[in-house]
Formats: sequence, structure tokens, C-alpha cells
Amino acid sequence: MKAYIKALAYYLPETIITNEQLVAEFPEWTVDKIADKVGVNNRHVAMNETISSMAIRAAEKLFQENQDIMREDIDFVLVCTQSPDYFLPSTACLVQNALGIPKTCGAFDFNLGCSGYEYGLATAKGYIAAGIAKKILLITAEAYNKHIHPRDKGNRTIFGDAATATFISKDGFAEIGDFILGTDGSGAENLIVKTGGMACPDKANDLEFDENGNPRSSDYLYMNGAEIFNFTLRVVPKMVRQTLEKNSLSNEDIDLYVFHQANSFMLSHLRKKLKISEDKFFINMAEIGNTVSSTIPIALKDAQKAGLLKGNILIAGFGVGLSWGACTLKVE
Amino acid sequence: MEINEFIEKFAEIFDDTEASTLTPQTNFRELDEWSSLSALGVMALADEEFDVELSGVEMKKANTIQELYELITAKAS
Repeated sequence: MKAYIKALAYYLPETIITNEQLVAEFPEWTVDKIADKVGVNNRHVAMNETISSMAIRAAEKLFQENQDIMREDIDFVLVCTQSPDYFLPSTACLVQNALGIPKTCGAFDFNLGCSGYEYGLATAKGYIAAGIAKKILLITAEAYNKHIHPRDKGNRTIFGDAATATFISKDGFAEIGDFILGTDGSGAENLIVKTGGMACPDKANDLEFDENGNPRSSDYLYMNGAEIFNFTLRVVPKMVRQTLEKNSLSNEDIDLYVFHQANSFMLSHLRKKLKISEDKFFINMAEIGNTVSSTIPIALKDAQKAGLLKGNILIAGFGVGLSWGACTLKVE
Repeated sequence: MEINEFIEKFAEIFDDTEASTLTPQTNFRELDEWSSLSALGVMALADEEFDVELSGVEMKKANTIQELYELITAKAS
């Protein structure tokens, strides 16, 4: 049984942080330097919004833009987030209720970041193939800005908040191909919010500033940029090769590569390393930033609007976990 | 790759730092333009030109361009 993406929609919080605003807070930055090195001009930030409210807005947009998709027909809700409303229950249960999706549906959250969309598609495809579900709503909703220290210039520059909704069923415009997935928990410490979970429930209050004035604290998002960069160079080229092989495709067969929009520096290095031409490599982080699990569905939607989503597409996510996943999409 | 060519490649990481102002003895950490992003640039250079994975911890051992060059070329051989 084949599984397809039938429709995509996304929601961006109203509040926008511009490079000019960041430079006012961090005078050592310049607007040009941010735009040039990181590739982001604006990022949307969730202020008084919860993950469930962002998820609901993305899904409502999906229903509004696609009158043929009925919420009454949905039989599974998957929510990918690392910033759930509560420890329990699952945000997916709140989303089911708020959207008026029938009580006969299954629903759960899964905790992943930049690789989350691929894992969601893999799960949805598996459920359809196994006859567990027919019409699946896959939501990615993330707000890393809630985890970032206000003086953390680098991460505030990179990360934006967003939510996306994808409808997966037995028909649609993009057939979901075969997957390559991977995990390396030995790198867990390289991208982490250490306190707040049951291992360290209390705040550590251990804020320190390094020689560059960057804060480091167990109570906020910590990213070891150098190690994440090396991890990406180690894993992504191999994952892309294996994904091509598993789908019996070659580099020339791919019409568009859509990678997790980490930052433009990393993306451009990966593109060159993989010998992918610029016109086949989608970058759209300038007005959105790195929205974690939402970057790929947002990029797919924007590529679709731009008329670039045709033929064989290869999507690849990689990051926190460490975790990675890729698959192909065949667009009619 | 000889050290002079390495310096050329190293200078490309920066916007306003010319290769002509750099020598093997230059302490790159004292360059005006040096930042954590330039460190990623060095890692990208090591990967692209030498197929070498340079960790952040390893890089801390080097202060001059010569030391950086030796660190990377030793790993490449």
C-alpha cells in the first residue's frame, strides 16, 4: 500500500525579530554579517503561545486551504515536538479535541527535533501500509526560542518558531519513498536542555559566560556548534548516498534536494561536498530561520508555491539526538 | 598542500582579512575577524581540502596558522 502527502500547511507566530533588533541588543553583530554568515533576516518567535495552539493554527490552515480534507475523516494524529504543553498528557490529545477530530482516532506525540519530519512520514507510511490508519494528520510544532537564553546571540539568530500540518493518505501529490534512519545517542550532550526533565528536575542556576560573552547554562538550550557541524559532515553525505541507493536513484535523477534548513553556512558546505548544483538545492531560511522539525515541510510548501516541487525530491533531516532521517518523494 | 596555499585557503574564511597580512606565525585567535563561526570555517576547510574531521577540542591545541596546518596535515597522512 502506497502512502502519499496530500497537502501541507504551516503557521508562523506573529512576532518577528529582525536583524536590526538583534544588532540593537548585540552591537558586536552587524546586520550584513548575520545575513551573510547565517542566512537569516527575520525569525518568528512564539510569545504567549503554546505548542498546541500553534499546532491547531497550522492544522486549521490546512483544512481551510484544502476543502476536500475533512477533519471527520482523520484517524490518526501525530505531533512532533520537544516543547509540549505538559509533561502529560500528549499534546496530540489536546490537538485532537481542539480540532474536533473524531474520538475514534489514534494520537500521540514523539520527541524529535530536526529529523522529526522524516520520522513522522516513516511512521505514517508504516501505519497506512499496515492498515492501522488511512488518513493521518502529521504535525510538527516547535518553539526553541522558549529554551534559549536571552543573551544567547548565536542561537537567537538561527532559530525561529513554527508549526506545520501534513495530511498523509492513500492518495496525494507526493508518493513517500523508502527511508534511511539513524541514531547516535553518544552525541546527546551536544544539543541539549539539561534541566526540567526527571533526571534533573530543578533548575541548576549555573549560568556562565564564555570568553566571547556567550551564555552557557544547563537551564537553557545548549548547542555545541562545532560538534554538530562535524556530525553533519560525517552523517549527511552517507545518508544521502544510501537513500539514493535504497530508492534505486542516482544523483542526476533528483530534481530537488530539500535538507533541514540548519544554517546557510552548513547547507552550502554540504551542497558542495555532495556535488549538488545550486538550482537543485532548496534554501529558504532568510525569512523564517531554523524552525527545527518544521524546516522541511515549510520548504516543501514554499517549493510547491514556487513551482519547484516536481519529479524526484530527496528530503534529509539531521540534528538533536543525535538523530537523522531521509527519504525520497515522487511528485506527480 | 604547502603552507602558503593553506594560508590562501585560510584567508578565504574571512571577509576583510587578506592572505598577504598572514604568516605561518600569525596567531589566528587574535585576528579581528576571528569568531566561533571562523572555527567552523576551519573545520570546513579541513574537510573539503584534506578530508579530515577536526574536532573543537583538537582545534584548541593550535594557536598559530603553522600549528593549525600541522594539526590538519598530520591527521591527513
